[in-house]
Order: sequence, then C-alpha cells, then structure tokens
Amino acid sequence: MKLFTILAKHKKAVLKKWLDSIVESYPQETARFLRNKKDQFANPVGYTIEVETEHLFDLLMEGMDREKVTPYLDRIIRIRAIQDFTPSQALYFVFALKYIIRHQVAEEIDSDALEQELVDLEASIDMMALVAFEVYMACREKIYDLRAKEIQQNAYLLLRRAELIVEKPGKDRIEDNAN
Amino acid sequence: MAAKTPSPEVVGQVDHHPPRKGWMDTKPEFKPGNYLYAAQPQNLEGVGLANPRTWNPLDDDWQLPADWKGTVREGIAERLQRYRSFKLFMDICVRCGACADKCHFFIGSGDPKNMPVLRAELLRSVYRGELKTAGKILGKMAGGRKLTEDVIKEWFYYFFQCTECRRCSVFCPYGIDTAEITIMARELLNLLGCNIDWIAGPVNNCFHNGNHLGLQPHTFKENVEYLLDDIEEYVGVKIEPTFNRKGAEILFITPSGDVFAEPGIFTFMGYLMLFEHIGLDYTWSTYASEGGNFGFFTSHEMMKRLNAKMYHEAKRLGVKWILGGECGHMWRVVHQYMDTMNGPADFLEMPINPVTGTVFNNASATKMVHITEFTADLIKNDKLNLDPSQNDHLTVTFHDSCNTSRGMGLLEEPRYVMNKVCNNFVDMAPQVTRENTFCCGSGSGLNAGEYLEMRMRGGLPRANGVKRVHEDKGANMLACVCAIDRAVLTPLMEYWVPDVDCCGVSELVGNALVMEGQGEREYNLRGEENPSYVPPPEPEEPEGEGEAEAGEEGAE
Repeated sequence: MKLFTILAKHKKAVLKKWLDSIVESYPQETARFLRNKKDQFANPVGYTIEVETEHLFDLLMEGMDREKVTPYLDRIIRIRAIQDFTPSQALYFVFALKYIIRHQVAEEIDSDALEQELVDLEASIDMMALVAFEVYMACREKIYDLRAKEIQQNAYLLLRRAELIVEKPGKDRIEDNAN
Repeated sequence: MAAKTPSPEVVGQVDHHPPRKGWMDTKPEFKPGNYLYAAQPQNLEGVGLANPRTWNPLDDDWQLPADWKGTVREGIAERLQRYRSFKLFMDICVRCGACADKCHFFIGSGDPKNMPVLRAELLRSVYRGELKTAGKILGKMAGGRKLTEDVIKEWFYYFFQCTECRRCSVFCPYGIDTAEITIMARELLNLLGCNIDWIAGPVNNCFHNGNHLGLQPHTFKENVEYLLDDIEEYVGVKIEPTFNRKGAEILFITPSGDVFAEPGIFTFMGYLMLFEHIGLDYTWSTYASEGGNFGFFTSHEMMKRLNAKMYHEAKRLGVKWILGGECGHMWRVVHQYMDTMNGPADFLEMPINPVTGTVFNNASATKMVHITEFTADLIKNDKLNLDPSQNDHLTVTFHDSCNTSRGMGLLEEPRYVMNKVCNNFVDMAPQVTRENTFCCGSGSGLNAGEYLEMRMRGGLPRANGVKRVHEDKGANMLACVCAIDRAVLTPLMEYWVPDVDCCGVSELVGNALVMEGQGEREYNLRGEENPSYVPPPEPEEPEGEGEAEAGEEGAE
C-alpha cells in the first residue's frame, strides 16, 4: 500500500507526536520527566508509553489484529486506568493517532486512492479504540474485584472460623459461603 | 471524500493539557478512591487524641478546633526545638531536584506534588510564611504562604500519599529524610484531629487489646490453635506452643496480621514449625500480640506507648530476650527509636541463639533479634534439616521491604535463607532492590481498602521491577519479610503481574523443613497440592512372588 510507504518515512515523527500527546496529558513537570528519563525502572510509565506506542504503530502497518493489539494497549491503559484520569482522558490517545497521522501526511495525500487508504487506516484505529474500551473496563473491574477480595483476605482466618467462607481442595479453594 | 468522514480533527481540537497553574494555586480534589477515611471519634478518644468528631474529607467544613492556626504554629515551633533534624530539613534544601523523580508515588501517579521536594515544600512554605521573618513579609516571593484550611486539606491529601519509605533520602546529597517531614506533618495533623481511621483504629485497638484488630486473648489463642490443626493436617506434626508462659527463655512477637490474614497465616505456620523443629524454649504473648506499631504513623509519643508494651510484657514474663517476626515498621521502630524512647532494655540479656550459641551483638541495645537473622544463623550452623526441592515449582524473587532494608540494613540474611530453602532464587534489577528498593506503595498505614486505587499507583514501580524479573527469569513468587507487604503485594501483583504470587520467607522455610515424625508432604502450608512433591517409591515386591507371577504368565 502506498500510504504505508509514506507512513514508514514519517514513523519517527508520528511516534514523537503521539508520545508528546500522551505525556502532555500529565502536568508540565511530570511530562518533562516522562519524556526525558530513559531508564525503564526509574521511569516505567514513560518507558512503557514509548515502547508500546511503537508496537501499536508497527501493528497498524502490519494490519490490525485484535489479539495482538490487546497486550500492547493493556500495558498503557492499565497505567492510565488507575491514574487521575476520567475514562475519556485515559483513552483519548488512541483517537489522537488519527489526527496526528492525517496532519503528518496531509501534503502527500494527492489522490482519491490514497485518501481511501487513509480512511481505511483510520477504521483500523477505530477498531483499536474499541479494544481499548474493553481493556479499560477490564482494568476497572479488576480493581473492584480486588477490593472485594482484599476484605476477605484481611480477615481470612476469622471468616473461616466463623464459617463465612469454606474451603475446597484445589486452586480456587476459597469459596464465598455467604449465600 | 475526507469531508464526509468523521473528522479526526475534532479529537485534535480537544485540549488535553492540564491547566498550568503554580503549585500553590493547584488544589487537590477529593474523590472517592483518592482519600482515606477519617478517624472515627471513639478511636481518637480511646487514646486521648485531639478533636474527636465525625467528619469526612469530602465535607467543606472539617470542623477544625478553635485556634487551630495557633495550634499548628506552636506545633511547628515546638518540633523545631525538639528535633534538630526537622530544623535542618526545613532550612537546608537547595532544591537540586535529586529526589524529585525517586518517589514511587510520583512515578506511579504522575502528580508533581508527590515529588519529595515539593511534598516537603507543602510544609516548608508554611514554616517560612508563618515563622520566618522574610517569608512573613515577602510571602510567595520568599517561598512562604499562610496557613489556611486549604493548606490543611492539601497536607492531609499528600502526607498520606507518602509511605515514609525513605527512598528519596538515599539520593539527597544533604541526606534530607523526607519521611521525617511526613512524620512531622502527620503529627501536626493529629493535633487538629485530622487522622485516618486505618491508623487510629489499629492504634486504639493495639493500646487497649494488644493488637490492631482488637483480638481478645482467647481469640488470639484460638486462631493459633486453628493454624496448628492445619499444620497437623498438612505436615502430620502436632505442635503445642505455650502462651503467656513465665520463665520462657524467649518471647516471640510478630505482627498480628500473621494470625488472621492471608497469606500471612502461612508465614505464621512457618514460624511455629521452625521453633518446634529446633525445640526452642519460647512463648507467645496474647497481650503483646502485635509487632506492628501504627503509633509510628501518629506521633512519637504514640509510637513510644505502643512499643513499650512489648518490653513490659518481656519484663512481666521474665524472658531473656525477644525474637521478632517478619514485620516492616516494627523493626524500624525497634532499630531506630526503641533504645532512646524506651531503652535501655537492661532487664533483658544479650540475645544468644540457644541452638548455635551465636551471640547477637548487633541487638545488644534492644535485645530483640529478627527472625531472618535467627534462621540464617541456624542454617549457617547446619541446624536445620531442609529439603529445598519442596519449593522446586517456585522461582522466587525478593521484595526488600523499605523498613528492613533502608531502615535496618537487613539485606543479605533473607537472600541467604531463600537460597538455602529454595533451589530457584532470582533477584530483581539492582535499581529496584536493596537500598534502592521501591516501596510496596501501601506502607505507613496506607493499606486501607478504600485506598486500593491509590495503592496501585504507589506500587507501580515495585510491580514494574517484578514484571521484568518475571518476564526475563520466570519468577513466579515474590517473597518478603513484612506483614503489610504480604497483604498488599498480593492484590498489587494480581493487578500488574498476575502470574506472580506473594509469600513470607518463613513460609518457604516451613515448606522446606523436614520435621521429625512428619507425614507425606503432599500439601504445602496453604493446603494446596504441592507440585514439587515426589511420592516415595512403591516398596518392591518380594522376589519370589514376582518370579512366580512371571512363570505363570509364561505358562499362559
């Protein structure tokens, strides 16, 4: 596809703008840190965003695949799902890619065929967004699930002694007996 | 064509930049999930803390006491007099920024007020604005600001996002310990009755009943007995420990979480087995039934009161010395504060391991020895019968708890023990272990349920270290020597690295111990089938019969 050849040329610029658009959703001082500190242990958030946005971009060029895109999105969204963001703030970065790509290659879209390719690519990004919703919800649901579980674990033995939970052998041996 | 498709420019026009305002003008927004519940009045009344009332951080009016500003001003002035370190820390910061990006809460939340330098500035600005001449006159120009209710709310919001882990202090060229600034700020908040219930409740319970949950002596004892039944079932050994026995050689104290919370109870079973294995002359106390000291997160006075009961109990029982279980801040209090607060413990004797004869000179002041040092000494002297292959299904990595690593230098002992009780131990990267360890994100009383989401932020850098060692070296078990860690790393792992479980070091020891008279170890201490269990070979049938059978088959 001709568009992909053009985009490959612009990969670095697109990724930089995409990264900027994500880190700039944080306060100024934090954005500076996220962008500049390169160590994966000292700056796990910035590192993850940088690595996974590239994975996502490459996958877009290969052809969107629901299964493959999920772990890449997960690593970014898992972080933003527990930070101080509303759902739209947490996920807008997927949609931002459409804007970034269109602006980056605007001058080179000189035929209807290319325009169609761009629309198709945007449809792939929309699919990425749909998967992003699912990943986000799964993260939030996990938080609620963990809260409920923690209450049980923190007083595990007392609940067991009061026969409010019973045991069964095997991995999922704790079962809620409240019902 | 482009005009007909939904324009992505709509997205592009939305400004996602947060508003650019100075830090003094940016106020925290309290929302369910990002604040801790307020202390209930009865928990403050129970230990004589100020301004007991029913309130909620979401309220506009926090019902601060009359002349609260005077109380805070005097509180700061008094502490500047009492603690030279506090005075120094208020004055010497040059804002070099070395600490700025070292805080796990900053890294995980992205909130700049979690940069240690800025967190300290929350208090320093008031110190300048209310107590220093330049700040009083020049205000903001001299980095000063006046006390307002908003300042108190901001303190409550951010000083309960610091876990007092002291990672930032490792990087400060002046050695400023931001944890101590948080400790002071929390003391000041306590003068106004602005504490959290997750701290005030355990403090009140511990003071009156001996442990955080307020377990009565008989309940404590029954819980232990319940665990003894489990040991009998899974290990095949009956253990009969003693409680409140006068004249025992050693008093053992551990965080009470180990007696009722999962997975702490499995660590507790490990202790019981270890002491039985070596025939230790020790006793449990149902009064000093808590090693944890949430007074440490309240005020110096409260820390002293709760620490004292362990030593009173040791005196009452007439033991020679105290052995302490796997706990974080209990050890920080013992190691750094006990001797000057409640010492000297001269009614106790220099701790000597009765099995190996090792003298624990390092504990000469406090007379209290860490279980991991004790276990390491037993292993070093070849006093334990161990089968590390029982842990072969595990690839274990280790979380250095802030309090035991940075707070008391317990770095090698746990690793030594784990290498002896497991065949597969792998360390995390040096940037995130030992003195550089990242906090679990829930220490210093922040491990409350309502705070889970914030804890996921604070624990992100720790989880990131585990994630790497899981992906690179296959780690599937995160061991630690702290009860809060055991409780909070479990959900932290489940969110960030779900293939990694969490346990105490003594649980690994318990699973590897070969007990005298034990049954088949098909189950581990969690009651799960042990994947590493190898059944004994079937007894060979007598030769004669075998031949006869073969003969018969041949005949057919």
